[in-house]
Amino acid sequence: MKPAPFKYIKASSVAHALSLKAEYGDDGRFLAGGQSLIPALNFRLARPAVLIDINGLAELEACDCLEGGRLRLGALTRYRTLERNGDLLRACPLFADALPHIAHPQIRNRGTVGGNLSHADPASELPAVTVAMRARMRVKSEAGERELDAADFFVGLLTTDLRPDEMLIDVTLPVQKPRSGGCFLEVARRRGDFALAGCAAVITLDDGSRCTDVRLALCGVGETPVDASGAAAALIGEKGSDKLIDAVATDVQRGIAPAGNVHASPDYQRHLAGVLSARALRKALQRVAHAA
Amino acid sequence: MQPDRHEVQVSVNGSAYRREVESRMLLSDFLRHELLLAGTHVGCEHGVCGACTVLLDGEPIRSCLMLAVQANGHELSTIEGLAQDTGELHPIQQAMHAHHGLQCGYCTPGILMTMMAFLRENPAPSEQEVREALSGNLCRCTGYQNIVDAMLVAAKAMRASVP
Amino acid sequence: MTTRFFGAAVKRNEDKKLLTGQALFIDDVELPGMLHAAFLRSQVAHARVKGIDPSKALKRDGVIAVYTAADLGAYWQSGPLLVPPPPVPGLVFNLRTHVPLARDTVRYAGEPLAIVVAESRYIAEDALDDIAVDLEILPAVVDLEKALDKDAIPVHGDLGTNIAAHVHQTKGNYRSVAAQADLILKRRFRYEHGMSSPIETRGIVAQWNARAQHMTVWDTTQAPVFVRNGLAGALGLGERQVRVIAPFVGGGFGPKIMMLYPEEAMLPWISMRLNRPVKWIEDRFEHFVATTHERGQIHDAEIALTRDGRILGVKDVFLHDNGAYNPYGLTVPINSQCTLLGPYVIPAYDSTFTSVFTNLPIVTPYRGAGRQHGVFVIERLLDLAAHELDIDPAEIRRRNLIPSDAFPYRNEIIYQDFQPLEYDSGNYEPVLDKALEAIGYADFVAEQPRLRAQGRYVGIGVACYVEGTGIGPYEGAKVRVQANGKVSVATGIGTQGQGHFTSFAQIVADQLGVDVTDVEIVTGDTDQFYWGAGTFASRGAVVAGNAVNEASRAVRKKALKLASDAFECAEEDLVLADGKVSIIGIPEKFIRLGELAQRANPMRGAVKPGTEPGLESTQYFGPPSGSTANGVHAAIIEMDPLTFELKILKYVVVHDCGTVINPMILAGQIHGGVAQGIGNAFYEKLSFDEHGQLLNASLADYLLPTALEVPRMQLDHTTTPSPLNPLGIKGAGEAGAIPVGPLFAQAIENALGLKQNGVELLEIPLSPSRLFELIRKGSKA
Ligand SMILES: Cc1cc2nc3c(=O)[nH]c(=O)nc-3n(C[C@H](O)[C@H](O)[C@H](O)COP(=O)(O)OP(=O)(O)OC[C@H]3O[C@@H](n4cnc5c(N)ncnc54)[C@H](O)[C@@H]3O)c2cc1C
Ligand code: FES
Ligand code: FES
Repeated sequence: MKPAPFKYIKASSVAHALSLKAEYGDDGRFLAGGQSLIPALNFRLARPAVLIDINGLAELEACDCLEGGRLRLGALTRYRTLERNGDLLRACPLFADALPHIAHPQIRNRGTVGGNLSHADPASELPAVTVAMRARMRVKSEAGERELDAADFFVGLLTTDLRPDEMLIDVTLPVQKPRSGGCFLEVARRRGDFALAGCAAVITLDDGSRCTDVRLALCGVGETPVDASGAAAALIGEKGSDKLIDAVATDVQRGIAPAGNVHASPDYQRHLAGVLSARALRKALQRVAHAA
Repeated sequence: MQPDRHEVQVSVNGSAYRREVESRMLLSDFLRHELLLAGTHVGCEHGVCGACTVLLDGEPIRSCLMLAVQANGHELSTIEGLAQDTGELHPIQQAMHAHHGLQCGYCTPGILMTMMAFLRENPAPSEQEVREALSGNLCRCTGYQNIVDAMLVAAKAMRASVP
Repeated sequence: MTTRFFGAAVKRNEDKKLLTGQALFIDDVELPGMLHAAFLRSQVAHARVKGIDPSKALKRDGVIAVYTAADLGAYWQSGPLLVPPPPVPGLVFNLRTHVPLARDTVRYAGEPLAIVVAESRYIAEDALDDIAVDLEILPAVVDLEKALDKDAIPVHGDLGTNIAAHVHQTKGNYRSVAAQADLILKRRFRYEHGMSSPIETRGIVAQWNARAQHMTVWDTTQAPVFVRNGLAGALGLGERQVRVIAPFVGGGFGPKIMMLYPEEAMLPWISMRLNRPVKWIEDRFEHFVATTHERGQIHDAEIALTRDGRILGVKDVFLHDNGAYNPYGLTVPINSQCTLLGPYVIPAYDSTFTSVFTNLPIVTPYRGAGRQHGVFVIERLLDLAAHELDIDPAEIRRRNLIPSDAFPYRNEIIYQDFQPLEYDSGNYEPVLDKALEAIGYADFVAEQPRLRAQGRYVGIGVACYVEGTGIGPYEGAKVRVQANGKVSVATGIGTQGQGHFTSFAQIVADQLGVDVTDVEIVTGDTDQFYWGAGTFASRGAVVAGNAVNEASRAVRKKALKLASDAFECAEEDLVLADGKVSIIGIPEKFIRLGELAQRANPMRGAVKPGTEPGLESTQYFGPPSGSTANGVHAAIIEMDPLTFELKILKYVVVHDCGTVINPMILAGQIHGGVAQGIGNAFYEKLSFDEHGQLLNASLADYLLPTALEVPRMQLDHTTTPSPLNPLGIKGAGEAGAIPVGPLFAQAIENALGLKQNGVELLEIPLSPSRLFELIRKGSKA
């Protein structure tokens, strides 16, 4: 399990990295945390000709609150940096729930938000969180820059909308609104394993405890993170009763087609999606109540 | 194709090393076979077992998931640097010995490096926290219980030794 | 002899090296000019080999050689049969052992086809891609039952059948007891055991020294003496020309013993050819297919009982997955067959098994070695019977335990050590009592309805087992006092973390009156000790430990004799303590052991006829038969009723493995065994597709339990010494792993109230997904 040969280039700036990517296209791969890429190299499942190391590029390390109530996470933000940033976790409590499910401390020390999202593993926690949070991805190439909704960024199994010459620069997402509650839950075989199914829910209530906005996204049950906010919209204008929530969960189950894997049958995954949706919505509601 | 080679300068346990290596060489292989610091073990080369854990600038990482070239200019700590030069064991090593926290000992270096960093950041952990911190290190021999006990004791000893 | 150390929780001698990163493991062996090997392995499970073309690989920079079966000449031969089948009348055994490199047929995905030798492992792996292989793919035999269909493709064409063995053993007359039974229950059970997955994989370094005509092999083996003998024979060398060293080994648990693995045969041969040292370190991906597994059995079992829950008899017919070759004979299925009888009085037993060749990796013993499968069947049958007869599960076990006055207890059928199965000693009921008390059985039964009313699904389980341990044939030990007063001990077994460096030292220290830290143990170096069998079947401590004891006693006798000559006094007037022999009552009159060692090897004067020089002795110990340990595990678990995630709230082990040398080391063995048992019961499953491809060959998908899955365990023990060896010890290496499967099944059923809903858990491993499927199916029915 040793990597096949490649050429290694340490990028000196984002511009340098982008020019290299423009030159090598699909033969070149950015090396961020390496926590998905290097296992793939070791198994020789990936054999890029060129690795463009983007570690240390300060332009990608932003991790802050912007004006207008948005958070910005540079592509090179490591999971651990997020975990240790109390302000950020308060601004987006879903991260506090989700991060401990991602691998283990040693991997979270290296793994990056940008690498995670670009890798687009459908069972990963963060893509679902970004979809639930209506995050926006800023991507750049030598030719220019564009911004995408999270829901448009993930286009297939391990596939994003990134073009061969593009890099993910950062992600921005709104801080959680007042009178809102969020919850991320998942079932994995062991702590740190990829989710068999996971669910991110965010609910916002008005003063009368009626739901004004609800976001629901799942991981592990499709080729991309699944935006189930449509099913959850049944809650809008309502007080989230158990019956309503159960109905939403059933709707969520209907709307997905999980593939199954060695650890979970498709039916079990579908079952989990329902169970977790209901539980996450309930917990999110409780949390609004607590916050209020 | 000519092998793509790079110079790597690192400090390991306070000593400086300089080598020229192929870009694809894993940091774990570099430490073990280039620097002959074979105390860092390799159990899976895909990031799961934790045997290869070392500290990179003080933080635990998987040395099998990093290229040696990426360590250029960084400081590494490995198991070889844990005991004092006099041979006196670090409290965390002493606790492992006292509580029979190792059997074959293959996982031990990775566990010690992981827990060194953990206890520094978390000097008074609960049992559950210790278990969570340990969960990225597989041990097939001990069933973990004695390791957990050793870490709780080591935490105490380390707290006592800090003035 | 005072027993200062024997029985005490002495800290381990071997720890310091391991804790500081100074212990030598296989991949730490670095030799000048060393080459590196990588194996090209078949990606398909069954195929005819039509051609292998390494020419492109040979042109790659840094590649030194590529070998295929065609290059091996007379060296290409089937490996040895390690354990011949036991003498059971009517037994059928079709021997087919593996070869170093597949020549005409590949029989499992992972079987080696070629080996590349290069300047580095990186380059060797590059060159694997350069080798062109032409295979004609054949249908793979994967399903155990279909393998026996008349039109099934044979794994070994010349054999014409996939039956590897067929064995029928009986005790009493099942048919006649069944006719009198009040209740007969029959079920089909599936039990799969995974693979041992030590954190260190296998590895070999071979160094041929042409000048000295000598071969040194470093090998992660549990049985170095056998490897030396096997290699010497195969390479046409004398045994003195081959030295096999098992360095520190990072866990074994069984599969590191399967001697003459293809890689073990190839590396030394290559080193001789190239006259350079060669290293091969198995990577984790290879480990999943190149190291042996244990895997599955299907049992059709039937139990006959009286109304009050007494077992009248058991009938069992089972299939055993043997994999593609059977170098390890029948050890695993024989263990299943024998261990099924458990700690219970089972007057009649009728057991038949068929061992089946499949196109899957080879099956050899892994911790428990088939015992789990048998224990699962009998424990589950008892649970079903308890439910049917409305008897408490713990109570039905108690009613059937072998009474303490019935030992030695004869089970008549032939065990893996070729002897009729006989339990040497035991006192089973107190073990069960202690376990029930420790788990709080009665309180829990009272508490459970209250928990359920709170919406909590908490359940309890209790499972019993016996473990045949400490089998022969023999081990030996050489104990020698050195001039510096330190004692060196050599044995022929290998050690993989069991603490032999310490437990053996404890035995020696007591006999010779020295400190444990003054005893230096060498294991696993054939130049240090010539004879031995190996570490397997929980036998290291029992068999080698007793040999160490015998040798220490002989040295003690010598020391006292020498001192009595020196002091001109009777031996009875002497004490041996603190590293010296002194006269009782006159402590200032003493001779140090080191000095006695010098006197035992004098420069001048005559040594009396009949005395051997040196303060040393070599002794052997072979038990007449295996000793039988026993125990009970109990657990309280909580289930999530919707996701079927499981949490262990309490775990208790009470066991009896005779006299205990070191309770700390023993507890560690139990902890580790339980952890592996938990993996087996709920996490670890080797998933093959219908083509024989392993779908989860990575540690990300083959799920070893972490510190979060393994609970704190509460241990207790009772002591019934074994009469079969002077130290009274029984093995304990496998006990922790054996009963966890049925324990989980019972506790999960109990937590979720499955029996009441007609759902029975008759298989291991379980998982949340599997529970979901079973429960859905069960409640539909
Ligand atoms: C044992 C183990 C367990 C794990 N468990 C989980 C888990 O439970 N959940 C989970 O989510 N993840 C898990 N991971 C994966 C981990 O989270 C990775 O860190 C993450 O998926 C990738 O991030 P990275 O920074 O390491 O990216 P890399 O591995 O460096 O890169 C991943 C891919 O993204 C590309 N890329 C990286 N950065 C950019 C960028 N800025 N722009 C464009 N492309 C880019 C790379 O070229 C590569 O193709 C696990 C990993 C391991 C080893
Ligand atoms: S060797 Fe690096 S995590 Fe296993
Ligand atoms: S002590 Fe053997 S793997 Fe941990």
